Amino acid sequence: MNSIRKIFTSNMSVMSTLCAVAISLLLAILLLWFSGAPPIETGKLLLEGSLGNATRLSDTSMVWVPLALASASLIITFAAGLWNIGVEGQIIVGAIFASFVAREFDAPPPLLWGAMIMAGGFGGMFWGGLTGLLRIKGKVNEIFGGLGLTFVATGLVIYLVIGPWKRAGIASTSGTAPFDTKAWFPTIMELRISPLAIFLALAGLWLVYYLLKQSKFGLQLRATGINATAASRLGVRTERNLMLAFLLGGILAGIAGTVQVGAIHHKLVPSISGGYGYLAILVVLLGNYKSFRSGLISFFFAMIAVGSIQWQLRLDLHSSLGGVTQGILVLVTLIVVAIFSQIKRNKRIKDAS
Amino acid sequence: MHPETIATIIAASSPLVFAVLGETLTEKVGVVNLSLDGSMLLAAMTGFAVAFVTGSVELGFLAAALISSLVALVIVFTSIELRLNQIAIGLILTLLGTKLAAFLGQDFVRQVGPSVQAQAIPYLKDIPYLGEIFFNHNLVVYASLLSIVVVYLFLFHTRHGLELQSSGERPEAAFAKGIPVNRLRYIYTALGGALVGIGGAAFSLDVKLGWSEGHIANFGWIALAIVIFGGWHPVRAALGCYIFGALQIIALRLQPELPGLSQVLPILPFPIMILTLVAVNHPFIRKIGLRSSVIGKIVRSDPPAGLGRPFWRE
Repeated sequence: MNSIRKIFTSNMSVMSTLCAVAISLLLAILLLWFSGAPPIETGKLLLEGSLGNATRLSDTSMVWVPLALASASLIITFAAGLWNIGVEGQIIVGAIFASFVAREFDAPPPLLWGAMIMAGGFGGMFWGGLTGLLRIKGKVNEIFGGLGLTFVATGLVIYLVIGPWKRAGIASTSGTAPFDTKAWFPTIMELRISPLAIFLALAGLWLVYYLLKQSKFGLQLRATGINATAASRLGVRTERNLMLAFLLGGILAGIAGTVQVGAIHHKLVPSISGGYGYLAILVVLLGNYKSFRSGLISFFFAMIAVGSIQWQLRLDLHSSLGGVTQGILVLVTLIVVAIFSQIKRNKRIKDAS
Repeated sequence: MHPETIATIIAASSPLVFAVLGETLTEKVGVVNLSLDGSMLLAAMTGFAVAFVTGSVELGFLAAALISSLVALVIVFTSIELRLNQIAIGLILTLLGTKLAAFLGQDFVRQVGPSVQAQAIPYLKDIPYLGEIFFNHNLVVYASLLSIVVVYLFLFHTRHGLELQSSGERPEAAFAKGIPVNRLRYIYTALGGALVGIGGAAFSLDVKLGWSEGHIANFGWIALAIVIFGGWHPVRAALGCYIFGALQIIALRLQPELPGLSQVLPILPFPIMILTLVAVNHPFIRKIGLRSSVIGKIVRSDPPAGLGRPFWRE
């Protein structure tokens, strides 16, 4: 899988990326138009619906947090040349571990939050580590190992919600009983925005940036991702690096799960992962595996996710339209960028001959 | 086992058989179409919608095959012409296909539409035991059984099949011998995609009637896993489908007695498949495989050497 980094050619300029994004945005708008969404109205509703007032801005931020953390998780494993599709499952297991602490332990709030974050991170790390073991020791491709473990995690969360952790008297898939308010991450006033969660997301993105750009570990990890055989001949312990990437990615995903239960739902629900693990794949592909860009794109995608609720309410458009828009943006951008670099390559070949 | 149970398993597994055979063809020629979970949903929706509007099940299957083939062509086109990564594009198309199916299919949710009619084969159906198992189904199920044989014979016993395999195993060598590697990759990826689409429509028009959002979510991933489980061999892959189908039927039958089990069983096949992959790749099993050619043939599961590796004539 060492061709991951070749999706974009290394000399791709910011200009051509922006150009590609512009073209794909235009196409998305045209497509929205075709499906019955007047472009200006749609755009206005998207902005208003996601940033229009303090409530909406805080909602968007709280979609951004888990998405940014899941993206950070994917950037680490992508750097090692891995397709860590199991992030979704790692989010779920992180949420389960954090819920366990929230339900079973009693401590002063800051301590409890800390314990939840650590437990969530550990849960994600455990699940990521299992995928890593399957890949490294069992030779099972991480796409299938990760997906399989995601299915298991989904089964586990449903089992817990309707089984041992069911609400007193009723077993319903709507979730466990809410946690004690001590386990709720603090928010600004009555809004849903939680500074602690925002801090965790920023810290996660920064950590990934720092590790990949500034540390020896990052250099070795990227060397492993580009050419594992060569890296290993040069003395890089590739298996250890791959495993560390899985564990680190798992921690970040697990913390995303912690935020989902601690700051957003305040209980464990079957759909706790919110599909952020899968959406993050789109984010990171569009963000060219870079932390800062992926952080920004996560926010844009969060805007689409929250803002498109207004399309549903005001324009009577289907709820899946936000997801369609996100998918088309990424697909078209990648294709346009590839066309640009193909043109450049042809020119180079011509010049050379 | 009761013949009726076996017949049920064969019928219930038929959509997966199409999808798995299609993906096996695609991967044998060296292309990974990872979009199955999205393209099958899109095909299931398209197949049902077209059949619903036109009243013709045949047109439904045709439309499903076309749309899924189109998705597959996006992957092979962007890989060969634009040098984009097949896995990346496949994943994007998975997510996009899922959302697109939900969006485009919104008017057809929970509608009652046409379905494939049962068609027992006269005389053959009266053969004791076997008649009940194989000849008391509908055309879709017969076609799924026939496809296994056809794909097997085509892959291993025709010149075209050997050319297909060499394009997936050693594209450079195949090209040097005059085989148009990339053209074959286009053709068989499109053909494989069409089979995947037929699998999708076989769900919405036969096995799991109708359409709703996420109608057959996760079946695409299961199909992809069965391709690996099947060691890129059509017969073994089909067997994988039937094992999976049997597990599902068992889960359904046990549900009244063990209600807790019903929550766990639907996800069980996937972990089982992964454990099988671990076992098959285990050095111990490999060693046995090397010693005995029969066991070796059964457990061997190496992917085509050129799988996912694009080939460009520089």
